[in-house]
Amino acid sequence: MGMPQAAIEIENLSKEYPHGFLHLKKKKSLEDLTMRVEDGEVFGFLGPNGAGKSTTIKLLMRLIFPTAGTARILGKSIDDVSMHGSIGYLPEQPYFYDYLTAYEVLDYFARFHRLTASDRRARIEGMLKKVGLDTAKRIQLRKYSKGMLQRVGLAQAILHSPQVVVLDEPMSGLDPLGRREVRDIILELKREGRTVLFSTHVLSDAEMLCDRVGVIVGGKLRGIGAPGELVDMKVQGMEILFELSGAPGNLPLLAKATRTGERYRVQLPETELYAALDALRAAGARILSVTQMKPTLEEYFMNLVEADRAQASAVEVSGK
Amino acid sequence: MNRRSIHGVILSAALLAGFACVWKLQKRVDTERAALRFESDELTLRSPAVLKILSLEYAPLMGAIYWTRAVQYFGGKHFAHDQNLDQLWPLLDIATTLDPNLLIAYRFGAMFLSDAPPRGAGEPDHAVKLLQRGIKANPEQWRLYQDLGNVYYFDKRDYLKASQAFETGGKLPGALQFMMIMAAKIAAEGESLETSFALWLDVYQTTKNADMRKNAEEHLRLVKMEMDLRTLDQIADVYEQQTKQRATRINDLAQAGLVSGQMLDPNGFPYVMGELGKAEPNPKSPLREEWLKEKKQRSNEVKK
Amino acid sequence: MRNIQTVAANTFREAVRDRVLYNLVFFALLMMGAAILVGQISIGIEENVIVSLGLTAISVIGIFIAVFLGVALVSKEMDKRTLYALLAKPVKRWEFLLGKFFGLVMTLTVNTAAMAAGLYIALWTVKHPLLKSDAFILVAVYLILLKLALIVALALLFSCFTTPFLAILFTAGIYVAGLFAADLRTIHGVDLDPGALWLMRGVSYLLPNFQNFDVMGAVVHGRGVPAAIVWQATLYALLYIAIVLTGAAAIFSRRNLK
Repeated sequence: MGMPQAAIEIENLSKEYPHGFLHLKKKKSLEDLTMRVEDGEVFGFLGPNGAGKSTTIKLLMRLIFPTAGTARILGKSIDDVSMHGSIGYLPEQPYFYDYLTAYEVLDYFARFHRLTASDRRARIEGMLKKVGLDTAKRIQLRKYSKGMLQRVGLAQAILHSPQVVVLDEPMSGLDPLGRREVRDIILELKREGRTVLFSTHVLSDAEMLCDRVGVIVGGKLRGIGAPGELVDMKVQGMEILFELSGAPGNLPLLAKATRTGERYRVQLPETELYAALDALRAAGARILSVTQMKPTLEEYFMNLVEADRAQASAVEVSGK
Repeated sequence: MNRRSIHGVILSAALLAGFACVWKLQKRVDTERAALRFESDELTLRSPAVLKILSLEYAPLMGAIYWTRAVQYFGGKHFAHDQNLDQLWPLLDIATTLDPNLLIAYRFGAMFLSDAPPRGAGEPDHAVKLLQRGIKANPEQWRLYQDLGNVYYFDKRDYLKASQAFETGGKLPGALQFMMIMAAKIAAEGESLETSFALWLDVYQTTKNADMRKNAEEHLRLVKMEMDLRTLDQIADVYEQQTKQRATRINDLAQAGLVSGQMLDPNGFPYVMGELGKAEPNPKSPLREEWLKEKKQRSNEVKK
Repeated sequence: MRNIQTVAANTFREAVRDRVLYNLVFFALLMMGAAILVGQISIGIEENVIVSLGLTAISVIGIFIAVFLGVALVSKEMDKRTLYALLAKPVKRWEFLLGKFFGLVMTLTVNTAAMAAGLYIALWTVKHPLLKSDAFILVAVYLILLKLALIVALALLFSCFTTPFLAILFTAGIYVAGLFAADLRTIHGVDLDPGALWLMRGVSYLLPNFQNFDVMGAVVHGRGVPAAIVWQATLYALLYIAIVLTGAAAIFSRRNLK
């Protein structure tokens, strides 16, 4: 008792699909997922394509039904449709009614939220400005670019000020400017105290935005925690960036370095750092930077993917 | 029982109840519409030529459909004891235009177009027209000549043409000897009960169509009855010769030893002696009404 | 209730903005014009021809719209995934379905009314004073509309669990079968054993009897239609539609979206 209510609680959630010619085989797209998303945190779902991120989100949004397990959002079962009033959802690769304008689409979706007409109007206008679609609001969606559609999707997801916001690949199809705008919106939601769950395979976004991440590979949750926690904090070495003109022949360091024009980058164990620096200074190199090498989320991720693939093919081999 | 299966049970029960109501309602609708049905009998598209064009390469299929409609139309009318068969000719006309090789349509049409109401439409000229088209398209079918002969003999009473039809048909390969025999008999005697009986008997024995066989059977009963009455009259004449008076009851003939026991008509009713000393069908017999009608028709024709 | 209204209004708006609808209505009006022309050729029965051709056009075009748009109602939303964002709102799946149904029925009503107006104009051109008996045409149009609503419901049902192509096939198939359902009961001259006969009768009651909505024969000749037929047909349509939509809602409620 005393534990604050989680925004999202998932218990043993599983999804199997019938597979194969006569639908006799079963494919597990999500296996036994158990996790929590705490109130007010930004949580990232990471994983390669087909890992189960979208499946989990669709299960939460009641677009598909679990084969086993339960989940609750804001304390209410996912079967409770009225709870949808407090959540916002941006689907993957959103598509809306292309004969409607942005204004009309937002108005349509907003009507399901029991807002007064004036409130609705105010929110729609505000939202359109916020996502930068104010000028295009009277143009039919059939003329929108992918990025613009993404922004409409985002707008309809947060128009009603939901407590929990679920975004499926919100950065996909956006140019760097668009991505920055989405990142800013997510940070603003966090400042407002809302819970954000989003899936992505862009790891740098996850590292930058998330309080915690969950890594899903092959339908299973492989790791969950703050981005920094997931990877070993052990320093793996040092990296020196230096500039050297000319080509002094007697520097063994150069053999290990990668070169771009007059700049060199070399990696070496911590113990050899000061000896290397002395050698470089003696050779007349200009030291640009010295940084610690730490494993990234990317490497952690790639290892997991590799391990999963190895396991899958092992199963295949043994099955034959 | 979890929530899902309870929902399933309620749903199934609701659907069943729904369909039960639909069933009940439909029965009422059917009765209501039955009255409406015969008013809106007519075919929307009448012209056989137009239909043939519209059918493209599916004309034989459409022909079969119209043939089926004709049969259903006929059956429906009989079931409702409705004598108005005025759509029969148009339907058969279309069916045989769309598929000129639909033999059954010609044969069925010949019988039921020419036969007098309540059995048929009473349009022997249409029957002739139909058969002539059939013969033109299927010249090797001798049975069509048989049908033509029947129409001339029974309904048009043109014995010359009837005999010619039987003869022409009888010459075709595969034709039964029956055809030539009938041709000769009709040429010699015109109408006779034996001929009539033989003609209907052949139809009765050879047709596979239930409606046609039933109709032939009814005609056979009538003819048989006529033959019986004729025999009884002949016996009554002998009685008169012997006793110098007309018999007043069939029983009189029996007592005189001229008939053995009761003489029953094909429906099982005993014949009676009429006022003029001529044998008649029993008032209780369903054949009597037809016999009276036939007699009236004959006397009308004679007057003409 | 509000949710159903919202979805219905949007469905109506979509149909209106979809140019296909205008083409069909234009075609119908063209048919009316042709009817006048044909009426001039077949002297004495111009009115018959106009009314029967007009009613046929209204019926046939209505059926096309009902089948194709009826199937597209759900399948398009599922294919294009517009449904995803919608179902994340506080709206139940059956509310969505009913909204779609009413939206299309509203569209069909407006469409049919427009074509009926065209028919009346054509009729008026030919015989200037319109008689009271011409009002019966409206009865025929109303019954056609009931028929169309039932077809929409069936199209909706099939599109909830099969591909659009199959749904169209099934809906069209049931329509054709339903046309002859009544004839199955009065079938004549066929020898079947009692079991098969009983089965055939059962099927004939189960199928939607579309003949219930056919009063063209009477109306074309200016004859009236008994009130009993009208309210019975209405009740039948309501009952059958309710059954079909319940089935559709049940199926759709448990369907996993792609």
